[in-house]
Amino acid sequence: MTSIISISNLSKTYEGGHQALKRVNLDINKGEILALLGPNGAGKTTLISVICGLVSPTSGTVAVNGFDIIENYRHAREQIGLVPQELTLAAFDRVFDTLRFSRGLFGKKPDDAYLEQLLKDLSLWNKKDSELRALSGGMKRRVLIAKALSHQPNILFLDEPTAGVDVELRKDMWQIVNKLRDSGVTIILTTHYIEEAEQIADRVGVINDGELLLVDDKVNLMQELGRKQLIIELKEPINKIPASMASHALHLSDDGHELIYTYDTQGKSTGITALLQDMHNAGISMKDLNTTQSSLQDIFVNLVQADR
Amino acid sequence: MNIQAVKVIYKYEMLRTWNTLFQSIASPVISTALYFIVFGSAIGSRIQSVEGVTYGLFIVPGLMMLSILTQSVSNASFGIFFPKFSGTVYEVMSAPISFFEILLGYVGAAASKSLILGAIILITASFFVELRIDHPVWMVLFLVLTCVSFSLLGFIIGLWATNFEKLQVVPLLIITPLVFLGGTFYSVSMLPPVWQTVTLFNPVLYLVSGFRWSFFGVSDVHVGISLGVILLFLGICSGVVWWMFKTGYRLKQ
Ligand SMILES: Nc1ncnc2c1ncn2[C@@H]1O[C@H](COP(=O)(O)OP(=O)(O)OP(=O)(O)O)[C@@H](O)[C@H]1O
Ligand SMILES: [Mg+2]
Repeated sequence: MTSIISISNLSKTYEGGHQALKRVNLDINKGEILALLGPNGAGKTTLISVICGLVSPTSGTVAVNGFDIIENYRHAREQIGLVPQELTLAAFDRVFDTLRFSRGLFGKKPDDAYLEQLLKDLSLWNKKDSELRALSGGMKRRVLIAKALSHQPNILFLDEPTAGVDVELRKDMWQIVNKLRDSGVTIILTTHYIEEAEQIADRVGVINDGELLLVDDKVNLMQELGRKQLIIELKEPINKIPASMASHALHLSDDGHELIYTYDTQGKSTGITALLQDMHNAGISMKDLNTTQSSLQDIFVNLVQADR
Repeated sequence: MNIQAVKVIYKYEMLRTWNTLFQSIASPVISTALYFIVFGSAIGSRIQSVEGVTYGLFIVPGLMMLSILTQSVSNASFGIFFPKFSGTVYEVMSAPISFFEILLGYVGAAASKSLILGAIILITASFFVELRIDHPVWMVLFLVLTCVSFSLLGFIIGLWATNFEKLQVVPLLIITPLVFLGGTFYSVSMLPPVWQTVTLFNPVLYLVSGFRWSFFGVSDVHVGISLGVILLFLGICSGVVWWMFKTGYRLKQ
C-alpha cells in the first residue's frame, strides 16, 4: 500500500490554550476509504482543517503525495476536495455558477460538460439555476459535494457527510462514495456512528480528545466491537474449570461464582449451545445468565485507559 | 500563478455589482448631479472663482475623490467580510492560491469598480460644467493609485471587522470626515491658518490636491509631495495586508 497522506507528530493548540490534536501520526493509503470516528470535540474537524490549510498546525508535518502542506501548499491542495461539516454556502449564488467558481479557484480551466455530468450524478441538474438559499438542507449538502469534486481531486474529505441527511440520500451518498473510490479517489470521512463506519469504510481511525487511539482494518475492529460476553452465575462456587470444558474459551471469576464466556457475534456459531450442554454434563448448575456487549464507549474507555 | 483563481474571484466580485447594476450607476449619477445643483449652481453662483477656475469646475476632482474613497473602502471591505462572516471563505483558504492572488482578485475588482465609478462621475460632471484636464496621464495615475490603495484599506477593514457595525463605523467615522476636511469642496488656503496646519496631517488632502493639480495645474501642496504621500499610504496598506496574511489574521486559527 502506498500512502497518499502522511501525518507525523501533528499537534494543534488553539489560541485559547485548548489542545485539539496531540501528536497525531497517521498514514492514509492511496485509494482507501478511511472513517474517522470520535465523539463531539474529539478533533476530527481540526485534523481535516489542518490538512486542507484552514488551520495552522502548532507542530508536526503533513505531506500530501509527498508535498508538504505548508512549503508546497499549491501542489498539496490541488489534489484535495473538502466538504465541510457546516452548510456554508453563499445564499444568493446559483448552483452552476458556484461550481464554476470552485473549479476556477483550484486552477482548473472551465469545463462545463464535466460539471454538467457531476450535477447529474448528484441529482442536481434540474436545480442548476436555483439560488442556493432556495435548496433544502440535503440538496445543499450535495452542492457542497459537487463543489468539492468540481476540480477532480484525487483525495476527498467528507466532514460528517450524513449529518441531517435522510435514509434515501444517505444511500445515494454511499453509492457516490463507492463510485469515487472505484475511480481511484481516496476518501476520508468523519462520523459519530460506528454503523456508518462499518458500512462504508476500509479502515477506521478512532479519535478521542485529540489523540488518535487506533487505526485498524474495519474487519478487525468490528470483531473487537462485535465481541460479547456471557456471564454465567453459578449456584455453587467451583475452584477450577473442569477438564471436560477446557475447549471453551472460559474464564473463572476470582471468587469462583461466575464463569465468563467470550464469543464473537459475527462468527458462524457462538458455541453457546455446546457450552451449556458440557456444563450440564459436568454437573454444574447455574443461577442466572447475563450477556454484555462492548460498545463504542467501552472501546473508547479501554483505549484511553490503555493509553495512560 | 493560479490565473484561473484570480479570474473567478475577480469575475465573482464584478458580478456582485452587475446584479445591482442600476443601483451601482444610478446612485453616483444622482449624487453627483445633486452636488452640482447645490454646490455648483446654487452656492457656486455666489462664489466668483477658486484659484482661477469656476467653483463648479473646481469641485469636480474633490467630488470624484469623495465617491472613489468611500466606494473603494466599502466595496473591498464587504467583498472579503461577507465570505468571512458566512464561512464560505473556507473554499478560498483551502484552494491552491497565494495571498497575492487572493488580493489581486478581491482588491483588483474593488479598484476596477472604483475606476468605473470615477468615469461615471466624470461623464455626469461633463453635463454640468465644461471639463478641463491639463495633465490627463497624471490624472489617470492618481486615480489608479487612489483606487488601489483605498481598496487595500477596505480589504484590511473587511478582514479586521468582526461584525457589521465595525464594517460601517470606519468609513462613516473616519473616511468621510477625512474626505470632507481634506479640501474636497474648498482650497485649503481658504481656511484660517491654524486649520491649515491641522489639515496638513490629513492624508486625503494630498490626494485631492494632487488630483486637482492634474486637472487645473493648481494645488495646495506640491504635486511631488502628493505622489509621495499616496505611495507611502499604498506601501503601508500593502505592509499591513502582508502581515495579516502571514499571520493568518482573522482567517486562520
Ligand atoms: N477555532 C477554535 N478555537 C478554539 N478552540 C477550537 C476551535 N475549533 C475547535 N476548537 C476546539 O477543539 C476541539 C476539537 O474540535 P473539533 O471541531 O476538531 O472536533 P470534532 O471532532 O470535529 O467534533 P464534532 O464531532 O462535534 O464535529 C474542541 O474542544 C473545540 O472546542
Ligand atoms: Mg467536526
